[in-house]
Amino acid sequence: MEAGVIPNAKGSAMVRMGNTVAVAAVYGPREMHPKHKQISDRANLNTIYAMVPFSCTDRIRPGYSRRSQEICKVTRQALEPAVFLEDYPKAAIDVYINIISANAGTRTAGINAASLALADAGIPMRDLVASVATGKIGNDYVMDLAGKEEEETVCDLPVAYMPKSKQITLLQMDGDLSPEDVKKVMELAIKGCEKIYKMQKEALKKRWIK
Amino acid sequence: MTELIKNEREFVVPGDEIVKSMDYLPGRNCFREGDAICARKIGLVSLSGRVISVIPLNGAYVPKVGDMVIATVEDIPGTRGWVMNINSPYRAFLPLSGVRDFIDTNRTSLDSVYRIGDVLYAKIHSISGIDMIDISMQDPRARKLRGGRIIKINSSKVPRMIGKQGSMISMIKDRTASRISIGQNGYLWMEGGDEKKVMEAIDMIDREAYMNGLTDKVSKLLGEPKPAPRKEEPKAEEKEEKK
Repeated sequence: MEAGVIPNAKGSAMVRMGNTVAVAAVYGPREMHPKHKQISDRANLNTIYAMVPFSCTDRIRPGYSRRSQEICKVTRQALEPAVFLEDYPKAAIDVYINIISANAGTRTAGINAASLALADAGIPMRDLVASVATGKIGNDYVMDLAGKEEEETVCDLPVAYMPKSKQITLLQMDGDLSPEDVKKVMELAIKGCEKIYKMQKEALKKRWIK
Repeated sequence: MTELIKNEREFVVPGDEIVKSMDYLPGRNCFREGDAICARKIGLVSLSGRVISVIPLNGAYVPKVGDMVIATVEDIPGTRGWVMNINSPYRAFLPLSGVRDFIDTNRTSLDSVYRIGDVLYAKIHSISGIDMIDISMQDPRARKLRGGRIIKINSSKVPRMIGKQGSMISMIKDRTASRISIGQNGYLWMEGGDEKKVMEAIDMIDREAYMNGLTDKVSKLLGEPKPAPRKEEPKAEEKEEKK
């Protein structure tokens, strides 16, 4: 993890989780355009998620897709509870997330990078957001699924978590799990998030205190 | 009183608990969560009396009444005044009443006074509502900046750039014989003198704003004072602010 990788952005971060690399850049708070989309009592948090064409083995067609729109939305919802949006009414905070190398878990890497970039930009926040995907392969519970692992899971479960306030801001499930399994997997996810949170703090400290 | 979890001048990230006690009050860039006072931004803890605040290391410029800022004309809507960019999330407005001279709008167009793209050193006159910022030229320090160059710096490092009672900036001015104006909004204007040296000094302050002994380092970088053969200009009095 590294913060401050893009000099032109207000805040930025790069997060590498296995072979997945996400780069996030934060611009703003700045004026919201189009104006009719301004919210009078808080800021808009715009998250733009994209995978670059060379990020995995097949070429990814640039531009919006059904998948990227979904991830934009869940990322925004994962970050919104952590940001004091009411500090900047009518403004917009733009978060650009680019996946430059994909090997499963891109949305979680994206959220980690975005939360780091938001903090780096000096945007008022309640907490950092840490995120990790967990799942079940056969009878084993696994964390931070990568590449082939994801394809062989019974179920995978991306989680985003605010470690200080102990709140879950993203929970998706792809597959089937029994209630006991969910509990176990969630425990694992929270453990992972706490580890990532520590790394995020380290990365911020390294960026600002030399 | 209870002990602080984070000491004074210690680095904090958003959400970090600084103290867990009702004996203290949350100040700038802090919020209360239950018993605890937590940081809202990345920064350094500062304690004054019972008030805990965080000195931000990065973030948007938040205008304050009385600040001197460097603003650029962005738009002239009709004959009411000028819309100005002040490097904050919201744009500011310079009304006709904020200009020193009387302007008869029937005879003169506003762009004969200030055109789009002109750069002004102006004062924040009033803030009514977060996106209603009026600026004014009715101040002895205010003027139009002609020529020179503008450098963008991090607005949270401006106090350090100025120094205690303007010590840092006056040192740079004296040693490089350059004319400099700093806006609280993170724009710096300079003209003449040893521009390269000024840039180096600004770069250094921007990089190492939170380090101790910075003034000495900058002093070393700038070298001996230059015999400035310049005529005395109407020097803008910098706003002093404790860091």
